[in-house]
Amino acid sequence: MRKMMKVLMGMSSALVLSAALPAMAKADELTLCWAAWDPANALVELSKDFTAATGTTMKFEFVPWPNFADRVLNELNSGGKLCDVLIGDSQWIGGSAENGYYVKLNDFFDKEGIKMSDFAEAAVNAYSTWPKGTPNYWALPAMGDANGWFYRKDWFAKPELQAEFKQKHGRDLGPPQTWDELKQVAEFFTGREIDGQKVYGAAIFTERASEGIAMGATSALYSYGFKYESTAGKYDMEGAVNSADAVAGLEAYKALYKCCQPPGYTDSYMTEGLDAFKSGQVAMAMNWFAFFPGLYKDEKVGGDKIGFFVNPKQKVAASTLGGQGMSVVANTDNMDGALAYIKWFAQPDVQKKWWSLGGYAVHNAVLNDPSFKESQPFAADFLLAMNQVQDFWQEPSYAILLQAMQKRLHDYVVADQGTAQEALDALVSDWKEIFEDEGKL
Amino acid sequence: MTDAPSTIAERSAEVLVRSTPTVIARRVRGLSDRAIAWLFITPTIALLLAINIFPLIWAVYLSFTNFRANRPNAEITGVGLRNYQRVLNDPDIWIAMQTTAHFVFWTILLQTVIGFSLAYLIDRKFRGHAFWTTVILIPMMLSPAVVGNFWRFLYQPQIGLFNYIVSYFSGIPPSSFEMLGSVSLAPWAIIIVDTWMWTPYVMLICLAGLRSIPDYIYEAAEVDRASAWRQFWSITVPMALPFIMLAVLFRGIENFKMFDMVMLLTGGGPGSTTEVASITLKREAFESWLTGRSSAFAIILFVAVFGLANIYVKALNKVKQR
Repeated sequence: MRKMMKVLMGMSSALVLSAALPAMAKADELTLCWAAWDPANALVELSKDFTAATGTTMKFEFVPWPNFADRVLNELNSGGKLCDVLIGDSQWIGGSAENGYYVKLNDFFDKEGIKMSDFAEAAVNAYSTWPKGTPNYWALPAMGDANGWFYRKDWFAKPELQAEFKQKHGRDLGPPQTWDELKQVAEFFTGREIDGQKVYGAAIFTERASEGIAMGATSALYSYGFKYESTAGKYDMEGAVNSADAVAGLEAYKALYKCCQPPGYTDSYMTEGLDAFKSGQVAMAMNWFAFFPGLYKDEKVGGDKIGFFVNPKQKVAASTLGGQGMSVVANTDNMDGALAYIKWFAQPDVQKKWWSLGGYAVHNAVLNDPSFKESQPFAADFLLAMNQVQDFWQEPSYAILLQAMQKRLHDYVVADQGTAQEALDALVSDWKEIFEDEGKL
Repeated sequence: MTDAPSTIAERSAEVLVRSTPTVIARRVRGLSDRAIAWLFITPTIALLLAINIFPLIWAVYLSFTNFRANRPNAEITGVGLRNYQRVLNDPDIWIAMQTTAHFVFWTILLQTVIGFSLAYLIDRKFRGHAFWTTVILIPMMLSPAVVGNFWRFLYQPQIGLFNYIVSYFSGIPPSSFEMLGSVSLAPWAIIIVDTWMWTPYVMLICLAGLRSIPDYIYEAAEVDRASAWRQFWSITVPMALPFIMLAVLFRGIENFKMFDMVMLLTGGGPGSTTEVASITLKREAFESWLTGRSSAFAIILFVAVFGLANIYVKALNKVKQR
């Protein structure tokens, strides 16, 4: 019996040890978590320099966008040790700071001489600070991003289309300057046969499950004058979220969806939008600037065939913020390695190389370089967009706030339920309830 | 001289005893039958307690608190019945329950009718029936994730085969309707996929029922000159009924908690048109992180399914006793 007990104990110890092993990080190994997309590949390339300089082996955990928040927030909530460094969404910063998931970086920045004034102000505010606008830094701005537009330059340049458009609308067919013009152009292309294929006006975000429709519709809402609060920090949403301007913005987004979206794009986000454009189905598409380098390089629709433009202004020049900051996960076993990576990444030369590889650096050494605007065909638009970005709530309860918005917008835009006013009124009511639960109202 | 084992079972037992290593045999010999039985079932019971019963009890506890899984440092306080009250007063949750009921009703109805009809045909034992039985069973052998993605392509308005088939027979342009994007068609799109996938399962159970009916009953009915129609309603249906009810029970429970296929096909959309209860629950629990409230919702769903299943099992037993 004693022998049997020994065997059993031996086996259980082996089991426990084998389960614990993956959680133990090696000191010379660092795991960076991010979303699986084009810029992540650029970061892998860039990080080879870090490995060469420090001897630290870099491991990457890239999660597809639709599961990114679920996967990573589950990891943080469960106290997991998968990630040492995390490039997390801007909206997560409030919750991650308040719950102690991220390391506060102020002392580290001071010690290492990393100045936040070296980075674009909008990016620092969006990706690094909590509470918003205070000098409490929880991340280094890593990847600037905003929602922008791209279009088929070769189609726009066709003389017969130019002539027809001018005759119809009295102006040249070109990148739209306002949302009204955007719809006109989209309608102009919808149903037309180009290169033997029926084409549509625009591919826009309509995804329901994560954040798609909220990110897409806010591009219209912000441009029409939508605000989250009447007074910043007061949570007085009545009359701001559901203002006449906001209603007009939401109606404009729905009108664009109804008139000009290709069939079947009722639950589409980044990938579907890119597919629609690359397959020659649409004349214009919205998407994050992060994808623009890849699109420009695309053999079929890139190069001379593609053009880019910043989100059109209606009443206000505004773009929906994307992008992320780089944080150190408080639970890491390799704190020194994680901080060393951030210190290395913050260097101007590394930031320049980051931009050249396809990452959107927001370091002033990159953005203020006289040659920056000419460095890529979308660089000037990126600068413009980053100067007019607006972001979703960054509150600790951002997830539930976002889910409420996703539901109300999808119900109205895609499922055709109720009016824009009703959708936004219901959203105000949802958000009020959430903030009441939080004790903020 | 001992008596030689007479039955196959006894002979097998003898072989088993002889092949058991002496050390183990000596240890087991000292244990009672009850102790041996406990020895065998203890790992299973321990596993059940760890992964089923403990989480259930934990969920019941959480349902009375304000706990949120994304706020591990926040103080957990008791909120009494507030979570239950909010769940039961939430109109969106009632809409999700209605959607679930609609989905369960139509899938069960269609699967039972088609499944029983197929079983009835297969039971005729025509030439090649074994081949056709295997072909019919293929959909239920696939993973729901595969089926979901596969049907997403079939339903694609521009390149999807489904739209082209409808267009071929009706003359409606294929890209003029969207099975997954239309409020009126999306629920039916899911019902069609679920029916396609799970009808074979119902068919299999019904087939077992039909095959269990002894031939002599039909022969007696023939002697009594009962028509085929009369035989069907007076012999086939009543005798296969317990099996049909069992299939309905299994599918009902499964479809009540349906998640994967709906998530893959529509994600609950357009809007919230196909948001069944399990998707609402997932959103509350793992996107909004309202752990306490979602635990209350999960308990309500559990009680509802458990209660309905119990009532149903009682009815099933009555039918079997008839």
